[in-house]
Amino acid sequence: MRVIYTDNNATTQVAKPVLDEMIPFYHELYGNPSSMHNFGGQVAKKTAEARQKIAALINADPSEIVLTSCGTESDNTAIRAAITSNPDKKHIVTTRVEHPAVKNLYEHLAKRGYRVTFVPVDRKGILDLDYLYDSLTDDTAVVSVMWANNESGVIFPIEEISREVSDRGIVFHTDAVQAVGKIDIDVKKTGIDMLSFSGHKIHAPKGIGVLYVRKGTKFSPFMIGGHQEKGRRGGTENVPSIIGLGKACELVGEQLEEENTRVRALRDKLETELLKRITDADINGVKDNRLPNTTSIGFGYVEGEAILLMMNEFGICASSGSACTSGSLEPSHVLRAMGVPFTSAHGSIRFSLSVYNTEEEVDYIIEKMPPIIERLREMSPFWKQAQEGKLKN
Amino acid sequence: MWDYTDKVKEHFLKPRNVGTIENADGIGEVGSLACGDALTLYLKLDGNKILDAKFQTFGCASAIASSSALTEMIKGKNIDEARKITNDDIADFLGGLPKEKMHCSVLGRDALEKAISHYLGEEEKKVEGEVVCECFGVTDLEIKRAVTENKLTSIEDVTNYVKAGGGCEKCHDDIQAIIDEILEKEPSVKKKPAKLTNIQKIKLIGETLEREIQPALEQDGGSIELVDVDGNLVMVKLCGACATCAMSQLTLKDYVESKLRELVAPELIVEEVK
Repeated sequence: MRVIYTDNNATTQVAKPVLDEMIPFYHELYGNPSSMHNFGGQVAKKTAEARQKIAALINADPSEIVLTSCGTESDNTAIRAAITSNPDKKHIVTTRVEHPAVKNLYEHLAKRGYRVTFVPVDRKGILDLDYLYDSLTDDTAVVSVMWANNESGVIFPIEEISREVSDRGIVFHTDAVQAVGKIDIDVKKTGIDMLSFSGHKIHAPKGIGVLYVRKGTKFSPFMIGGHQEKGRRGGTENVPSIIGLGKACELVGEQLEEENTRVRALRDKLETELLKRITDADINGVKDNRLPNTTSIGFGYVEGEAILLMMNEFGICASSGSACTSGSLEPSHVLRAMGVPFTSAHGSIRFSLSVYNTEEEVDYIIEKMPPIIERLREMSPFWKQAQEGKLKN
Repeated sequence: MWDYTDKVKEHFLKPRNVGTIENADGIGEVGSLACGDALTLYLKLDGNKILDAKFQTFGCASAIASSSALTEMIKGKNIDEARKITNDDIADFLGGLPKEKMHCSVLGRDALEKAISHYLGEEEKKVEGEVVCECFGVTDLEIKRAVTENKLTSIEDVTNYVKAGGGCEKCHDDIQAIIDEILEKEPSVKKKPAKLTNIQKIKLIGETLEREIQPALEQDGGSIELVDVDGNLVMVKLCGACATCAMSQLTLKDYVESKLRELVAPELIVEEVK
């Protein structure tokens, strides 16, 4: 069956040029970059070139790039490095809408004697900056704030926050997994000490992550082993993926403009047309200052898993913030933190596009969604009650 | 993605008996928007016999499929037969449900009970028992019933069947107490191992340190010594590379303590003595 893939915040297709560059490094050029012989040395040259391309995407120096196995490892490394280098400080700060890679690590640290501040967001997903700044004390070891939210797509003012935090001598980390490749990032314009991102969200393969560590930032490795990554991350390099990530970074750098024009226009068309055709539907999150590819729409009085499985019948792939899709019983912590009412939180669907989506695909989704929602609403006991103004909840 | 059976998918995509019945003889309404699933069941009866059944459901694929299955199962049955239907019967009819989705079948059974009571003019049962799970409004009696009928043994099971404990998790201790109370009465179910004596505990801590923990630390050039045990407090000394390692506190809490908690007793606390 035909697949319409609009779930690019979950993962992306490895781009063909990326795959092509990777393949020789599996079979022909399989040397270890650490080896003394030329056979390995030629691979080291290629990974060094890739590292330059990776650094260039965020305007960092190649020596500031630590390659890891995923975004989660980068986040763990950064936050643990920050608290290990500040052993006397027992307060750590983050937001209520982080990805589990950061959120669950903070909760884990909370059980181990750290005082944790979770900064709230408002109904539109905008971060309460005063709350954040007021929470900072001499005891604060690290502040970790995501650059853009994976569900709502809302972008946080990281340039400002990072400067405010680092001016106070506190380590600042950002999980930029959703932001890199979608918006322009220049770490030199910020006060960021560490920044994480992941290969598989930008058309590189799964299993490769990046941690930017600003020169001069105190660091201690999470993965202890060999001298790889200048002793900052042990373990033989994932060579084909590093090569692939280098190419992917080059490509998304070139496509950044398209992402912010054509893809943004497709996203805008998708949400405008769906909202026009479907009543009782709302966008979760502020409309401007959002990732150009993401829209989260809450469809009232229907449930997300049921919507997704009906979309699945048409080959349309997206995600839901509903409880039932995750096996938990409550809607996503992001939608709850935003205070999205239960009437639409359970029925929230996130579409996330990429440069590989076409207008024809968006038109197909616009055509298929209204009957799906209508069908489920006809089945829902709340829909009629809501129409008649009789709904108690 | 959930591993739904073909029958669940079929009843979700082509649900039978969706809708309402004008002047229904019995109506059963369960669940709420906040809970994420709700079912209204409409019955048409002739005396003791269920002539027709229709439903409206807000919820996931398995909630819709369970509702559809329920209506198919009860049509043509008399009340006594219908009342014998359990949530397991509904799940079986569908070829099984993922365990995280068993509460959808419970929803069906509850709606059926309510609709029959409504028809018979039985007074609506007041909420009996005490609410244990505030998030989903589940009482101790409902939890006891689910535990007994389905032979549940963990909090996770209880959450899967009646949702209790799936929200803020504050009630987890209470749910555990209910499970323990029921398991105590049920001799066929294995009881928790008896509490360790002090001597056994110290011996087991020593063995675990030596067998499990020491070899791992040695790989990093470190070492650990057991100094003393006072109640649940385990005092250890880190030596070798561990003594000067900046990560030693993390090693101690994340690794040594969690390993001892896993293999000896969950209430142990590990502290370093210099």
